[in-house]
Amino acid sequence: MNMAVSLTQYLVVAAILFTIGVAGIILNRKNIIIILMSVELILLSVNINFVAFSAFHSDLTGQVFALFVLTVAAAEAAIGLAILVAYYRNRGSIAVEDINAMKG
Amino acid sequence: MIVAIVFLPLLGFIIAGCFGRFIGARPSEVVTTSLLFVCLLFSWIIFAQVGFGTAEASVPVLGNWFTSGAMKVDWALRVDTLTAVMLVVVTTVSALVHLYSIGYMHEDPSRPRFFAFLSLFTFAMLMLVTADNLVQMFFGWEGVGLASYLLIGFWYEKPSANAAAIKAFVVNRVGDFGFALGIFLVFVLTNSVAFETIFAAAPGLAGKQIHFFGMNADAMTVTCLLLFMGAMGKSAQFLLHTWLPDAMEGPTPVSALIHAATMVTAGVFMVARLSPLFEQAPEALAFVTFIGATTAFFAATVGLVQNDIKRVIAYSTCSQLGYMFVGIGVGGYSLGMFHLFTHAFFKGLLFLGAGSVITAMHHEQDMRRMGGLRKDLPVTFWAMIIGTLALTGFPYTAGNYSKDAIIEAAYAGGVHQSTAVYAYILTTIAVAFTSFYSWRLIFMTFFGERQLAPAGHDAPSAETSDAAQLHDEGKSARATDPHSAAVHDDHAHEPQDHVPHESPWVMLIPLIVLSIGAMFAGIIYAGPFIGHGFEEFWKGSLYQSADNHILHEMHDVPFLVRILPLIMMAGGALVAWYMYISAPGTADALARANPLLYRFLLNKWYFDELYDIIFVRPAFWIGRLLWRGGDERVIDGFGPDGIAARVIDVTNRVVRLQTGYVYHYAFAMLIGVAVIITWYLVGGVR
Amino acid sequence: MNLAAAFFYLFSAIMIASAFIVIVARNPVHSVLFLIVAFVNAAGLFMIAGAEFLAMILIVVYVGAVAVLFLFVVMMLDVDFAELKEGFLQYLPIGSLIGIGVLIELVLIVGAWAVAPSSPGASPVSIRPDISNTAALGQIIYTKYFYLFQAAGLVLLTAMIGAIVLTLQHKSDVKRQVVADQNARTPAEVTLRKVASRAGLQG
Repeated sequence: MNMAVSLTQYLVVAAILFTIGVAGIILNRKNIIIILMSVELILLSVNINFVAFSAFHSDLTGQVFALFVLTVAAAEAAIGLAILVAYYRNRGSIAVEDINAMKG
Repeated sequence: MIVAIVFLPLLGFIIAGCFGRFIGARPSEVVTTSLLFVCLLFSWIIFAQVGFGTAEASVPVLGNWFTSGAMKVDWALRVDTLTAVMLVVVTTVSALVHLYSIGYMHEDPSRPRFFAFLSLFTFAMLMLVTADNLVQMFFGWEGVGLASYLLIGFWYEKPSANAAAIKAFVVNRVGDFGFALGIFLVFVLTNSVAFETIFAAAPGLAGKQIHFFGMNADAMTVTCLLLFMGAMGKSAQFLLHTWLPDAMEGPTPVSALIHAATMVTAGVFMVARLSPLFEQAPEALAFVTFIGATTAFFAATVGLVQNDIKRVIAYSTCSQLGYMFVGIGVGGYSLGMFHLFTHAFFKGLLFLGAGSVITAMHHEQDMRRMGGLRKDLPVTFWAMIIGTLALTGFPYTAGNYSKDAIIEAAYAGGVHQSTAVYAYILTTIAVAFTSFYSWRLIFMTFFGERQLAPAGHDAPSAETSDAAQLHDEGKSARATDPHSAAVHDDHAHEPQDHVPHESPWVMLIPLIVLSIGAMFAGIIYAGPFIGHGFEEFWKGSLYQSADNHILHEMHDVPFLVRILPLIMMAGGALVAWYMYISAPGTADALARANPLLYRFLLNKWYFDELYDIIFVRPAFWIGRLLWRGGDERVIDGFGPDGIAARVIDVTNRVVRLQTGYVYHYAFAMLIGVAVIITWYLVGGVR
Repeated sequence: MNLAAAFFYLFSAIMIASAFIVIVARNPVHSVLFLIVAFVNAAGLFMIAGAEFLAMILIVVYVGAVAVLFLFVVMMLDVDFAELKEGFLQYLPIGSLIGIGVLIELVLIVGAWAVAPSSPGASPVSIRPDISNTAALGQIIYTKYFYLFQAAGLVLLTAMIGAIVLTLQHKSDVKRQVVADQNARTPAEVTLRKVASRAGLQG
């Protein structure tokens, strides 16, 4: 179906997206929402992988799983934001620096 | 029978010690005392058989203790005349003291413990005197030291008692160190520690040299000096004497038993037992004479001015022990033993009598508070008179025979031994001192007016003025025993109108028995011990070398020498009479006129202070150094504390990894992922 | 190069660029909007790969629901325009070093890797050319992967309940219906009043 573009290119694109997502988590200093968005990016890169493989193997299983990943990502985003809102109500801030209550 | 004698007191100890709480105090007393009277009976039977009868000396072997290489040590009980004499002394005095203690310790709450310890002591002492080898003797030696510690510190709530007990034990330890070295040397020289073997080997070692610390020294002399060091510690001779006066912190029966009749005589016994060895070392014997004489003189001078009734008698004991060693040192082993025998009677009598006085005065021990007791305590009074007569060597009393014999022997021995001359002079002077302080005790206690009411209840307040003037009054003046303070709740009467009353019969019977001994033991036993019946009596248990004829020579002394002790004795008594009866107050005037001399004598020639500076403080300093510096800083620092502190340091640093920031954690995860990927990339997936 | 490839590169480039902007933008609203752009371009990529159902679902769910949710929250919270703190720069060298390292490794793997011959799926569901992607997906989701489908539904249910539980606050001055009380009300407790139009209850 996609003889023009090889699998490798899809995977490279996904890898780059993945790296950007991870960088977003680590380098983020502004607020928590960026972290949640970076997680979405990571999940997106995973979806691209699934779909690419599914296309190359002519196997629909990959797309099914991409669908499920999508579902879970949506649920996780919702919960994450709910937690964020509750946290904000209690602490009054979502600056990353202030969220170190777990420190040892 | 000998086995019974030795082990019945051990049985008494176990019964009273382990079960005293269950069977009660009175049964404990009765059991231990009865067992000891049985031992007493057996001892006199053995004494009669072995000493005067035809029974041969025997050595029942009870079994092997340990065998290590060439050293084979058995549990064996030697029964010869020397042993029999000691058995009689020990069991007689111990049985009488047990009986006496029933009355004396009547109000004490820990009676079973007391009687258990008394029996333990008796067992150890009997072990010591019946030992057939040096190691078993050392076992008994240490055992009596232990019992002495337990008994001196019997009233352990009193800190002074605890301190005195430790002092006794530690000073004894110094002596024991020498004793142990002596035993080792004996083993090196003769390859054995059993008496049979070493006595047989002794003559052969006469001129042998040993090489140590780069010097060549005569082997026997060194051995005997080391062994004598043990005797010095145990018998409170001149340099190792400091524990004996403080041992008076224990109850009076303890002082009578241990520090008058038996334990302190263990040193004398030991030298006498090892006479075959000592006969080969004339220099050691000279040293023994020297130390004995010095002790006799020194202790007598200190006893002149003591105010505590027990301390006077304690210094008297110390002095008389010196006499015994003088007797032994000039070669008259039987002289020392005879004086030991008689001394046990009259010194035990004096101590028990003092105990009777102390009880009557409600545990007041300061003689300056006593006086005029002869009307109130007649039996005690006459008993003490008899004891004093015997001690000072009044003609026909026991002490006369033994003490004067020693003085004569010292004179006669001056030909052989240089130190004997020194000994003669000092012992003769000491006779005067002995007489003086003995009569001083009697006069202050039983004659005159009572100085102050018996201060059983309010001792501390009255002493403070004296304490300001005189050093070291803390021990002698603060004479109230703790249990009197505890138990006096049931004596609800005013101290002012307390009348001293005579002691109960359990306390008087021992006094009477000992008085008989003090009076007649000399007459009866002088012949066998030191006179013409010598050979038949001792039967070789005391060895004398071929050129030791002191027992004969001592009879050839000039008349002046024989009469001089009597003159000295009379002189001392008269001076005491003058100072305390005719012109009371003379003593205090004399003391005030010579404050330095008085204080020097009162503080025992400042020996305690000297030893404190030389030994005690450096020992504490070293101990503190090793404890704080060595133990705490080094060992603990590098060991447990150090490791704990390092662990805490490290964890404090590690904890900083837990920042609480999620992105830090994610970063860590990323690093981990990168590492894993790199690992597999580089290493290749296996 | 043909059209498909060109579109592929176009979509990929924009997607990557927007992803990058998502994480560096100062204004979180900008971040969200660029996230949306990234999603849309990802949908395009999916299309090129032949997964058109998934592409559309991406738009509907991700963009329409998730990204909008993000936007709601960003707007609702009083988020400061936080300046880029120096700390960012502190971590930048080592973070980017590691990130680039990871990337290179991934690319190396991807380049050097080959498909195992036995691998194409344990149970291959081949893509049939005759029916549409949606129908094909439908045919296997409701049959072969039915349990996973139900589980996904449960996950969504849990998430929904969880979100409500976490954030629901009863404000005291808000009137709401309490059905149980309404059912329990008896006519005796109710007063009927006649009210003129537009007058409202007085008193």
